[in-house]
Amino acid sequence: MFENIIRPEALDALTKFGINVGIALIKIVVVLGIGLLHVAYATYFERKVIGHMQVRLGPMRVGPHGLLQPIADGLKLFFKEDILPANADKPVFYLAPVIFMAAAMVNLSVIPFASNFVIADINVGLLFIFAIAGMGVYGIFISGWASNSKYAFIGGLRSSAQVLSYEIAMGLSLVGVMIMAGSLNLIDIVKAQRDSIYGMYAIPQIVAFVIFTIAAVAETNRTPFDLPEAESELVAGYFVEYSGFRFALFFLGEYIAMIIMASLATVCFLGGWTIPWYITKVLPFLKLVPGIIWFLIKVYAFIFFYFWIRATVPRYRYDQLMAIGWKILIPVALANIVVTGLVKILL
Amino acid sequence: MPEVERIFETRELNVNMGPQHPATHGVLRLVLDIDGETIVKVTPYVGYLHRGIEKLGESLSYFQALPLTDRMDYVSAMANNIGYCVAVEKLFGIEVPERAKFIRTMVGEMARIANHLLWLATHALDIGAMTVFLYCFREREWILELFEKICGARLTVTYPRIGGVRNDVSQEFLDSLYKFTEEFPTRIPEYETLIDKNRIWLKRTVGIGVISAEEAINYGLTGPTLRGSGVPYDIRKHAPYDAYDKVDFEVPVGTKGDTYDRYRCRMMEFRQSNNIIRQCIEKLPSGPIMANAPKFTLQPKDKMMPITHPAKEHAFFIVEKACKGCGMCMRACPAKAIFGEKKKPHKIKQELCLGCATCFVTCKFKALTIVPGGKGLSDEKLSELAVTPDKLPEEIKKAQGHLVEHFNYVKKGPRVPDGDVYVATEVPKGELGFYFVSDGSEKPYRMRVRSPSFIHTSALPRLCIGHLVADVIANIGTIDLVLGECDR
Repeated sequence: MFENIIRPEALDALTKFGINVGIALIKIVVVLGIGLLHVAYATYFERKVIGHMQVRLGPMRVGPHGLLQPIADGLKLFFKEDILPANADKPVFYLAPVIFMAAAMVNLSVIPFASNFVIADINVGLLFIFAIAGMGVYGIFISGWASNSKYAFIGGLRSSAQVLSYEIAMGLSLVGVMIMAGSLNLIDIVKAQRDSIYGMYAIPQIVAFVIFTIAAVAETNRTPFDLPEAESELVAGYFVEYSGFRFALFFLGEYIAMIIMASLATVCFLGGWTIPWYITKVLPFLKLVPGIIWFLIKVYAFIFFYFWIRATVPRYRYDQLMAIGWKILIPVALANIVVTGLVKILL
Repeated sequence: MPEVERIFETRELNVNMGPQHPATHGVLRLVLDIDGETIVKVTPYVGYLHRGIEKLGESLSYFQALPLTDRMDYVSAMANNIGYCVAVEKLFGIEVPERAKFIRTMVGEMARIANHLLWLATHALDIGAMTVFLYCFREREWILELFEKICGARLTVTYPRIGGVRNDVSQEFLDSLYKFTEEFPTRIPEYETLIDKNRIWLKRTVGIGVISAEEAINYGLTGPTLRGSGVPYDIRKHAPYDAYDKVDFEVPVGTKGDTYDRYRCRMMEFRQSNNIIRQCIEKLPSGPIMANAPKFTLQPKDKMMPITHPAKEHAFFIVEKACKGCGMCMRACPAKAIFGEKKKPHKIKQELCLGCATCFVTCKFKALTIVPGGKGLSDEKLSELAVTPDKLPEEIKKAQGHLVEHFNYVKKGPRVPDGDVYVATEVPKGELGFYFVSDGSEKPYRMRVRSPSFIHTSALPRLCIGHLVADVIANIGTIDLVLGECDR
C-alpha cells in the first residue's frame, strides 16, 4: 500500500532499520532489568559473604535466608522522605545522583556478555568506558559541592582527586592489553585472547592485571580506598546530605560501577565468555556450557574478591593513597607498557 | 601581596567534628581547623554528658553513691566500683577479707579485658578493619555473660561493696571463668593476624601521635597511654590494693610512644590480665566476703531473722495504753496499714500488714509490739496476747537491736570519722582517683573524681596537630576515651 509513496528498496531498508531498533530496545530492556537485579543481589551477596567472614549470619529475616532483603531495602528507600538541606544548591543537588547513576549505567551498553550479545558493538569500546566513568566523577563532585556541607565537600574533593589519579593508572594498565590484542573493541579483545596461546591475558599481562585490580578498587571507592566515604572520618562523604531514593541512586550507581569494573576485568584479562583452550582440551565437555555462564562466574569471582578485601583490611590514609597511585602504580604501569611494546616488536 | 591572594583570602577550613559523629566515641566535640587535610588547631569541648556525679555523691551517703560510679565508665563499670570501694574503705579504716580481695581482683581484671576488647574493636573499626570489631564483640559478650552469672547485671554491675563484695561466687562460675581463661589466649592471635603485621595498619599507626615519656608525664597521662611511651607506671605494682601484691604479673611498656606502641601495650595487657584471673582462681581462699565492721557495713540478714522471717508468722500490734498518737508509725508504714487520729491510739489493719517491721523500729514509746505466732488472729485476741516490747523474749529483743542498726544504716548511712583521703586505682583507662573530704557526718563534704579520660582529652590537641584528618580518629581511639567518665 506504500508503493506509491515510497520505493520498495527504501521500504526494505526502513523495515530493517525498524527491526534493528526493536532488537536494540529489547536488548536494552533485558540488560537494564537483569543488570539491576544483579545489582540488588550483589548487595545481598556482599552482606552474606562479609557476614559469614565475621562469624555472623547476615540478613536472615526477610524471606528464606533473607533472600527478599534487597527488595525490602529498595522499597524502604523508595518511600523515605526526600530531604533537601536548607542552603543546598537545589537544581544541582537534584542533578548529581542522576549523573552518577546514568554514567554508571551507560557503561553496561558496551560490555559484551556473550559472543553475540552486546547492545552497542563499537570500535572504541574501551575508551568509551573510560570516558563515561570519568563522567561519573562529576556526579560525585557536584553532589559534594551542592550539599553545602563541609563533610560532603571534603568527601567530594577527596573522591575527585582519587578517581582521576587512579583512572590514569587503570588506563595505562589496559594499554598492554590493547597492544597485545591490537584493538579497542571489547569483542575483538576477547576473540584475540581466545586465539592466543595463553587463553587469557591475565597470564602474560599479570603486572597489568594486578595494577588494574588495585585501581578498580580505588575507582569504585571501596575498602581499603574508601576515603571519600570514610565512615569514621567523614560519616558518609559526598552523599552525606542525601536521603531517600536519591541516596539509593548513589548506592546503586556504586554497585553498578563495581559490576562494570568486574566485567571489564573479565573481558580484558580473563577471556570474557570463553574458556582457555588448554582447559577444554583436558575436559572437552565444558564446551557445552554457554558463554554467559562463564562470564558470570568470572564476574562474581572478581566481585567476591572485592568483598573479601573489605572484610580483611583497614583503610588507607588520604596521602598514602595518592602516594601509592602516583609513585608506584603509574610508574609500574608505564614500565609494563614499554616491556609489552618491546616484546611485541621483537617477536 | 599578589593580586590573587588579596582577592581570595586563604583561610583554614573550620570543621565541627561531633558531638554526633560515629568516631568520637560518644559525645566528644572537636573543632578542627584544617589546612587542606592537615590539622592546624584542635579544640576539644567536653561536658555534653555531664550528670553532676560528684555533686550527687555529696548529697548521698557513701554506700548510696556506689551505683553512680557504674555510670561513669560504663565500659568497665566493675573497675570503677572497685576504685570507689577501695577509697571509701580507706576513709572508714576497714580491712576487706582475703576472699573478697581475690574476687575483686578477678572481676577487676575481667573488666580490664572487656574494656580493652571494646577499645580494640572500636579503634580497629575507626581505622577501617571491620572484622576485628565483630571478633572482639564475640569475646566481650562472653565476659558480660560471666558478669551476669555472678551478679545478674551485664554492664552496670555494682557488684563490689564497701567492705567486700555483694555475694559469693559459685564453683560453677569459677569453672566457666577458668574455661574462658583457657580459651581466650587462643583468640588474641585471631585479632593479631588481621592487624598486627598488616601493612595498612602499620602505616596508619606507626609514628602517629608520638609523645615522649617526659611530655606524657607532664600531660598527666596514665595507664596504657603512658606506658606506651615507655614509663612503667602501674598503680597495681606501685601501690598495690586488693590482691595485686599476691599475684605475679608484668607491666608491658612501649618504646616510641606512638599509636602502635600503645596498641601493643594493650594487647600484652590482655595476656597479663588473663594470667592474673587464672592465679586468682587457683589461689582463691575460703572465708567471709564482707568485712566484720558493724558500724560501717550491712550486717548479715540472718541476725534480723527472728523478726523479719515470713515463716515466723508474727503479728504487729499497737498497745493502746502506751500509744501517744504521734503518727510516726503511720507515716513510716509502706503498706499504709496504720490508721488513727492525732493524739489518740492508732490501729493496725492486720489484713494490710506486710510484716516488714518498719513501724516496730520507728515507735519511740514502746507501744508497738510483736505477737509471736499471732498472724491471722482478731484484734481482741491480739490485745489479750500482747505485751510491751521490754517484756518480749530475749531473742526478739536482740534482733530488734540489729534491725534498728540496719534501718539507720540504710536510711542515713554510717557516720564517718573526720578527715580526707585520696586513693587511686588502676582502671583499664589509667589512674582513677577518688578524693573524699569528710566532716564527720554521713555524707562526704566533698567528693572529687580524677578521671583518666578527662585528663587524656587535654592531650588530644598535642597528639593531633600536624597530622591529617584521618589521624584524629586514630588518636581518639588510642587514648581510649569514654565520655561518661570524662564528663561525669
